[in-house]
Amino acid sequence: MEAIIIEGTPKTPTIKFDAKEGVFEIKGRSIPENSVEFYKPLVDWLDIYKESPLNKTVVNIRLEYFNTSSSKCILDVFKKLEAIHKAKNDVEVNWFYEEDDEDMLEAGEDYESIIRVPFKMIEIVE
Amino acid sequence: MSFNVENYFSDVSNGDPILYYKGNIDSELINRVLDAVEEKLVKGNEHSKTRKKVYNVLVESLQNLYHHVDRVPHDFEDQASEKFGILAINKIKDGYKIITGNFIRSADVNDLEEKIKRINRSSHEEITELYKFILNHQRISSKGGGGLGLVDIARKTGNKLEYVFKEYDDKSSFFYLNILVSESI
Repeated sequence: MEAIIIEGTPKTPTIKFDAKEGVFEIKGRSIPENSVEFYKPLVDWLDIYKESPLNKTVVNIRLEYFNTSSSKCILDVFKKLEAIHKAKNDVEVNWFYEEDDEDMLEAGEDYESIIRVPFKMIEIVE
Repeated sequence: MSFNVENYFSDVSNGDPILYYKGNIDSELINRVLDAVEEKLVKGNEHSKTRKKVYNVLVESLQNLYHHVDRVPHDFEDQASEKFGILAINKIKDGYKIITGNFIRSADVNDLEEKIKRINRSSHEEITELYKFILNHQRISSKGGGGLGLVDIARKTGNKLEYVFKEYDDKSSFFYLNILVSESI
């Protein structure tokens, strides 16, 4: 299936969802007023991917900022990944946070406690 | 009974003003405010931890206004603003004050006040649990809000939410929210 590649803007993140490699990345800022509009195509895409996923899917989340409206949409993304994992496929989430950014680490831990998928918290040291 | 928004507002603000805005809150305005404040914080060599907290709280407060403000009363001076709001950011001795103001239907005052009181009497751990509960169980409303903005602000600042409701007329009230982002050490 076609990869989704979306260039980032000051309010929306860079997206690279590559079904051939099984590597999905969300990077940058996610603070749009209407986050559903932005994330719906990604969630729909994951619905198709989860029908025939690769044995291993790696998800890299490198967000600098995200708003509470995006947090719900990101949860929807993770719920699709959880379904893939539940169907006995390997799924790994790498949650990157900048050194000292405890809020971003806590946000990753929120998802880790809600979603049954292995998370790795990775500190970015400058 | 009526009141003057600006007179009341100058009473609650102190410190060095970074930004003051009164008028329509649209997407473009939010972009401009975020850019301007981020630039000032970077130029002012603000600690990255404080800078991020101010930015996050600002995003949530502005988008709360964007999603939730009610129409201005018919006799209010600014009829052109579809989403009328006030925003002031002040640098104070030990952090930043972010103050917002918006009209709310008087009928909705109780619910909002109860929500804030619940947040204010919760510990950090309880706020984290509340955040996760709302995140996992509440859908995004027709207004586009997720019900998480105030909880997120309280969680990130670690401070109580100060607020005032002022009755404008029998149908409308004005809601002031006064947020302190403490300086990180």
